[in-house]
Amino acid sequence: MIVSKQKPFPEILASLENVSRVFLIGCAKCATVCKSGGEEQVWQMQEDLVAAGKEVTGSVVIDEACHMLRVQRDLRAKGEMVTAAEALIVLSCGAGVQSVSAGSNRMTVAALDTLFLGNIRRFGQFEQRCSLCGECRLNETAGICPVTVCPKGLLNGPCGGMSEGKCEVSPDAECAWYQIYVRLRDRGDHPLPHETIPPKDFSKQIRPGSLKLEK
Amino acid sequence: MVSPMKFNLHDLLAADRFVVTAEVSPPKGSDCGEFMEKARALRGTVDAINVTDNQGANMRISPLAPAALLAGEGIEPILQLTCRDRNRLALQSDLLAAATFGVTNVLALTGDYITFGDHAGAKPVFDLDAVQLLQTIAALNSGRDLAGTTLHGVPAFFPGAAAAPEAEPFELTLVKLRKKAAAGARFFQTQALFSPEKLVRFMEAVRPLGVKVIAGVILLKSAGMARYMNARIPGLTVPQELIAELDDAERPLEAGVAIARRLVAAFRPHCDGIHIMAMGKEALIPEILADLHRSDGSEG
Repeated sequence: MIVSKQKPFPEILASLENVSRVFLIGCAKCATVCKSGGEEQVWQMQEDLVAAGKEVTGSVVIDEACHMLRVQRDLRAKGEMVTAAEALIVLSCGAGVQSVSAGSNRMTVAALDTLFLGNIRRFGQFEQRCSLCGECRLNETAGICPVTVCPKGLLNGPCGGMSEGKCEVSPDAECAWYQIYVRLRDRGDHPLPHETIPPKDFSKQIRPGSLKLEK
Repeated sequence: MVSPMKFNLHDLLAADRFVVTAEVSPPKGSDCGEFMEKARALRGTVDAINVTDNQGANMRISPLAPAALLAGEGIEPILQLTCRDRNRLALQSDLLAAATFGVTNVLALTGDYITFGDHAGAKPVFDLDAVQLLQTIAALNSGRDLAGTTLHGVPAFFPGAAAAPEAEPFELTLVKLRKKAAAGARFFQTQALFSPEKLVRFMEAVRPLGVKVIAGVILLKSAGMARYMNARIPGLTVPQELIAELDDAERPLEAGVAIARRLVAAFRPHCDGIHIMAMGKEALIPEILADLHRSDGSEG
């Protein structure tokens, strides 16, 4: 899922200077799970905005805000609530914000910062394990991604900053290569691969990415 | 002009001569005057000078300029090159520029993470890692760039790499050291060491790789510095008895010099050279090296 968190409220208010009527949009998928843009947060945002002197014309929580056609359909269904607003405040990831901005001529305000593609460790705790690099190396690294788990994305073993298996960047975290080493050792599997992994091919992640399925 | 260093690092190591290298930081700014004075003062004391590359991720002048100045005066530089701030194009073009200036020794490094330094919001690059950088140097030495295109003018780099002999688990760091050796590293300069036992273990493990080992010795300027290093510098542990020695000393800097001098003597029989990190107190290096009976004739 896409992990996001709300911007500080004063920052959201600051982008609403000269705007008095707003419409709120949440997302029923990722932003709901990480409690940044579900029903509850949209309602709370409405309370806060009203308290700050704004008029809220209405709100909707879209099933998947990244789905562009669905966003357009749901906004159309809200009719005057949307057209009466001067700005649409979107509590979803950056993809959702852009579904809205692409489907409406209203000013669009992003209320969240989008952080990473995350795994859910337990309720309310998210971790990045994949950085969408377009060239998966997990088959060579015991199913642990050094591109993501190592802050330097090192492909050929730990840097000189590893100490007692810990990472130099966040000493509470285990070094990605230490994790790989331990997993291979505990499995009684092959030792760490001795072959040097060649440089990554960054042309595999040219932005903006796009994919069109063949029929 | 004082006479140049007579032998380069490659020749000394190839002849099994015990070498001494020292690290001097380039300035934050474009005035290399003080840097050059420190380097000139070390002529005859050390065989080569490491020029650090935005060390600790703190922005300074590119090490290429001071390294070129050194080469121009016949002082042997070791250009430190990190993967943190340059992608593979920049690394290769900086390497070729170094070759043009007569800078041939290169220490290939990953680089400390960017948030440790004074531009914490900068984009970390790490397009290559240290092993891949060594492979890149080998490619350039063979007359081709990483894309396989023939070079007009082929460099002759003498590549080295870093090693952290005290980092645990050692078996894990050893895997990477083997890759560095396979990628063409000809010498290792180690992180600061405080234990001859760790150096001996390290030597036993890396001897079969055929890579020369230059053991790191850092000048502990005070107990506070030692404690700071233990807390903040990864892969490095100053033993408590050394910290106590510094604490008890009336003049801690003198105690630090004495400790460094002892370590040099203790490491001397086990390795191929010593790398001094004097942390700005480069004028004390001759004193640290006083017990090394240097009869190799490299004095300027």
